[in-house]
Amino acid sequence: MSATTAAPAVAKADSPGRRALRRFLRHRLAVLGLIIVIVFVLAAVLAPWIAPYDPVATSWSRIRKPPSELHWFGTDENGRDVLSRVLWGARASLLAGALSVTAALLLGVPFGLLAGLTGGWVDTIISRVTDAMLSVPFLILAIALAAFLGPALENAMLAIAISASPIFVRLARGMAMEAKATEWVEAARSLGNPPWRIAMVHVLPNIVPPLLVQATLAIAEAIIAEASLSFLGLGQQPPNPSWGSMLNAAQRFLTQAPWMAIYPGLAIFLVVLAFNLFGDGLRDALDPRARGR
Amino acid sequence: MWGWLLRRLGQIIPTLLILSVMIFALQQLMPGDPAIIMAGEERGDPQVLAEIRAELMLDRPVWEQYAAWLWRLLHGDLGFSWRIRQPVGSLILEKLPVTLQLGTMAFVIAVAIGVPAGVISAAYRDRPADWAANGIALAGISTPNFWLGIMMILLFSVQLGWLPPSGYVPLSEDWRQSLATTIMPAFVLGGGIAGVFMRHTRAAMIGALGQDYVRTARAKGLPERTVIGRHALRNALIPVVTLGTIELGRLLAGAVLTEQIFSIPGFGKLIVDAVFNRDYPVVQGVVVTTAVIFVSLSLIGDMLYMAINPRLRAA
Amino acid sequence: MTARILAPLAIAATVLAGTAQAQAPASNLPNLRIGLREDPDILDPTLARSFVGRIVFASLCDKLFDINDKLEIIPQLATSHRWEDPKTLLITLREGVSFHDGEKMDAEAVRYSLMRHLSMQGSFRRGEITDLESVEVVSPTTLRLRLKQPSSPFLSQLTDRAGMIVSPKAAEAAGRDFGAKPVCAGPFRFVERVAQDRIVLERFAGYWNAANIHFNRVTFQPITDSTARLANLQSGTLDLIEVTSPSDVPGIRGDRRLRLSTVDGLGYWNIIFNIGNGARSQTPLGQDARVRQAFDLAIDREALIQVVYEGLHTPASQPIPPASAMHVRDLAVTARNLERAKALLREAGVRTPVTIDLMLANSPEMRQAGEVIQSMAAEAGFDVRVVATEFASALQAAVRGDYQAYLNGWSGRPDPDGNVWTFMHSRGAQNDGKYANPEVDSLLDQARTESDPAKRTSFYSQAFRLALTQDRARAYLWHPKIIMAHTARLQGFTLVPDGLIRVQGMRLQ
Repeated sequence: MSATTAAPAVAKADSPGRRALRRFLRHRLAVLGLIIVIVFVLAAVLAPWIAPYDPVATSWSRIRKPPSELHWFGTDENGRDVLSRVLWGARASLLAGALSVTAALLLGVPFGLLAGLTGGWVDTIISRVTDAMLSVPFLILAIALAAFLGPALENAMLAIAISASPIFVRLARGMAMEAKATEWVEAARSLGNPPWRIAMVHVLPNIVPPLLVQATLAIAEAIIAEASLSFLGLGQQPPNPSWGSMLNAAQRFLTQAPWMAIYPGLAIFLVVLAFNLFGDGLRDALDPRARGR
Repeated sequence: MWGWLLRRLGQIIPTLLILSVMIFALQQLMPGDPAIIMAGEERGDPQVLAEIRAELMLDRPVWEQYAAWLWRLLHGDLGFSWRIRQPVGSLILEKLPVTLQLGTMAFVIAVAIGVPAGVISAAYRDRPADWAANGIALAGISTPNFWLGIMMILLFSVQLGWLPPSGYVPLSEDWRQSLATTIMPAFVLGGGIAGVFMRHTRAAMIGALGQDYVRTARAKGLPERTVIGRHALRNALIPVVTLGTIELGRLLAGAVLTEQIFSIPGFGKLIVDAVFNRDYPVVQGVVVTTAVIFVSLSLIGDMLYMAINPRLRAA
Repeated sequence: MTARILAPLAIAATVLAGTAQAQAPASNLPNLRIGLREDPDILDPTLARSFVGRIVFASLCDKLFDINDKLEIIPQLATSHRWEDPKTLLITLREGVSFHDGEKMDAEAVRYSLMRHLSMQGSFRRGEITDLESVEVVSPTTLRLRLKQPSSPFLSQLTDRAGMIVSPKAAEAAGRDFGAKPVCAGPFRFVERVAQDRIVLERFAGYWNAANIHFNRVTFQPITDSTARLANLQSGTLDLIEVTSPSDVPGIRGDRRLRLSTVDGLGYWNIIFNIGNGARSQTPLGQDARVRQAFDLAIDREALIQVVYEGLHTPASQPIPPASAMHVRDLAVTARNLERAKALLREAGVRTPVTIDLMLANSPEMRQAGEVIQSMAAEAGFDVRVVATEFASALQAAVRGDYQAYLNGWSGRPDPDGNVWTFMHSRGAQNDGKYANPEVDSLLDQARTESDPAKRTSFYSQAFRLALTQDRARAYLWHPKIIMAHTARLQGFTLVPDGLIRVQGMRLQ
């Protein structure tokens, strides 16, 4: 920890110019994140035009070929072009990632705020139902939903959203409880501000940072979860690609055809990295206290 | 305080009730008739199916099955596994120590790596150390467990021969061997979660370091170590505690893929096999156990909140 | 006839048993560690269902008879048998055999076990020996079995779980919990089982053939991930594994420390068409044999096997495997013919593309096989939707008729009847497509009661011409090979087409 003591010295020595440069860099990383996200979204939208091959076209003579000039990312177990599948797969995976996390946020945050701000029996009910939801195995939920709603990507997203929402309930609840105990919220309440106003003005800004972090991380989980769902009959159906299902198919060939796992894995990493960089920048922009720095 | 604690412990019962109703309802929604699975090659014979249904009480209305299950549970009896005819209680007692050990090890690894990395990352924000920590954390989160698991087996077991590739030895039998069999799966599980902790700790620390009280502390000339350790970190802990209780709960509920790759006989494999074979007594027993774990952890979480921020006690 | 063939083998076995004294002390013997693909179900021969369970039973419970690599019936606990008439079977037992609990294995114990298989509630053996009417103890070593009707597959059922003899005393005491601690007369006795972790068996000193057992303990470890299972073999923590992922085969062949062992299995993979099971059979595919034939013609079996299974398996045309003496040789494997397939679809007057839901279990190989079929059938004018379904849901859908076509497999039985009757007969328990043809029923019934293999083959040939060539009830795709790998130090391991591991004669150097 000795290094930590040196930090303030550096911080104090910072000239205003340096600070500005750092802020710019920080924003540049956020912009970089945004650019990567946009590139992936564009790749997903433009896949029909930019993918070099048909993502479902099989070729029995070219199964599991390593990357070459013809196939930059190699071919998969059915002789399909991995690059084209990564591009097309962006559609299902970005949707699964972004939409299910958004749904989980919309489902979880209001209940968490309500529990944290109201307390009492409302908190008890919401918290215990959340505990119960956390205890239901994802597998059971997914199989039941698959049978009940039928096999479709949207239904997979719903299953992911339901199972990801308890974390958001808990996070929002914890932060709301903490915010409620601060002086300024107490003051606002004693001034007669309505509870929803307190929640919107004083509490929400406080809970945004952890929610943003969790949301950007949950995207990775959702993309990988989509694959296990497509195995249960939910999610992207064969032969259509998603990054998660490509990874699953690659599992049998980790030693014989590593490229089948590496490229979709890399795509997931880049998207998660980009969302996180962007999320960090967004938080800075939203955080009133950070502006002064 | 004691009254509060008692009330909270009392809530375990209604929670289990909610949960058991949810599980019985989901069982109804799930396709896959246990009788057909049990009947195997005789599945086309209605008489065989009827016999099995009668034996397993599947021919009765759901509420009756539920009442019978609840009644047995009240007497401490979780019933028998339909598939391998072992008492569910003993199956759970057999797997619980395995999962507790693996889960705790993974959790310790995750906290030991994740929280300090988050603190350092926040203290050295926007410098190479921060970038590297973020990169590694996000890579850890986006790497599928099966990939990391297989790669570790191939490297440490097949190539180097340092660690056993699979299996589990109980702590009581031989603690060295036990650690050797669990260190790789614990690292695979803990590595991903360390990234989650790192990102949350970092965000909370950055937020806390910008707060008025931290500035006051700094202005008072307190050493940075005290500022970070005592003031900032303490207040940054709420989301980390929240995440910690959930992630520990998930670990204790069993990690299917990792258990499968390393052949660790824990909760994850137990529940997956039970679900796929529609071995409902096992499913119900495991889920009830998991629920007790989650409710206890959320109680511990709330107690930690109060320890961190005494103001919450009043609320 | 058979009894005469068996006699010299029986003598050989007793001679070998006589040399047991020369054996090294048990504690010096090595242990054998076997990696299974999944955790077996209950270890009670009467109640067990799973294939991997049979692998464990092979070390635990001896049967009345066994089969050899040519699928011939050879003696095990019985030394010989004789048909007094087509409905009466006389069995002579080996003398001086005892169970793991020290009880005598005699005619009374055999009678008890057979009746237990036949009458215990929830028995999975009842269907296999349903023709058994009564068991009469003639002497402590002789039994007379009376059948309700002549049954040619009956004897071969006694080479599997239905022929396993359990200790009456232990079975009586344990009741339905017998599977938690089985007591049989096999080479190893049960020590412990930790669900999903291991099953441990220990050398039984009183085994009748103990001279041929060269291990102290046998441990079975279920490891579901195929790469992890192989890694265990490579790093020396296992000695023998089931290979479930053919893509591992080239690597095993290239490793000097490992040996690959393969044999043509008894099973098959096929596509079941829903012809008469509920509303979903009312499709062009379910109602018009020409559409089914077109679908069959669209599949290139060789390419399918090459792509998904590294070319290891054997293309199939029928349920009876080539390893069987009753394989119908004049039924050729369908060669791909797109022109003919398209012509048939035109003839049937269906609008192309014909949409087909192909249900399959959600293993990675099955999914890939489904994608390959999807791609091949598309060229003939089919729009195949691959419905990957978790096993339990698929089973229910199959029974209830909630599918159009179902790609599934059968592990196979030594007697052809076990591969045919229950799947093609209108009263068959596993006839999930509800195919019904009285002529086929009658031919299959005749094949069941006829004892001459040549005549049986002819009945099967006629039945297949109707059910397969004409009605296209099912499309058979491939006969899988049994693939296992073991350390080069393991000697004397031979695979028999039933895929079981017979420890007798195996040695670890």
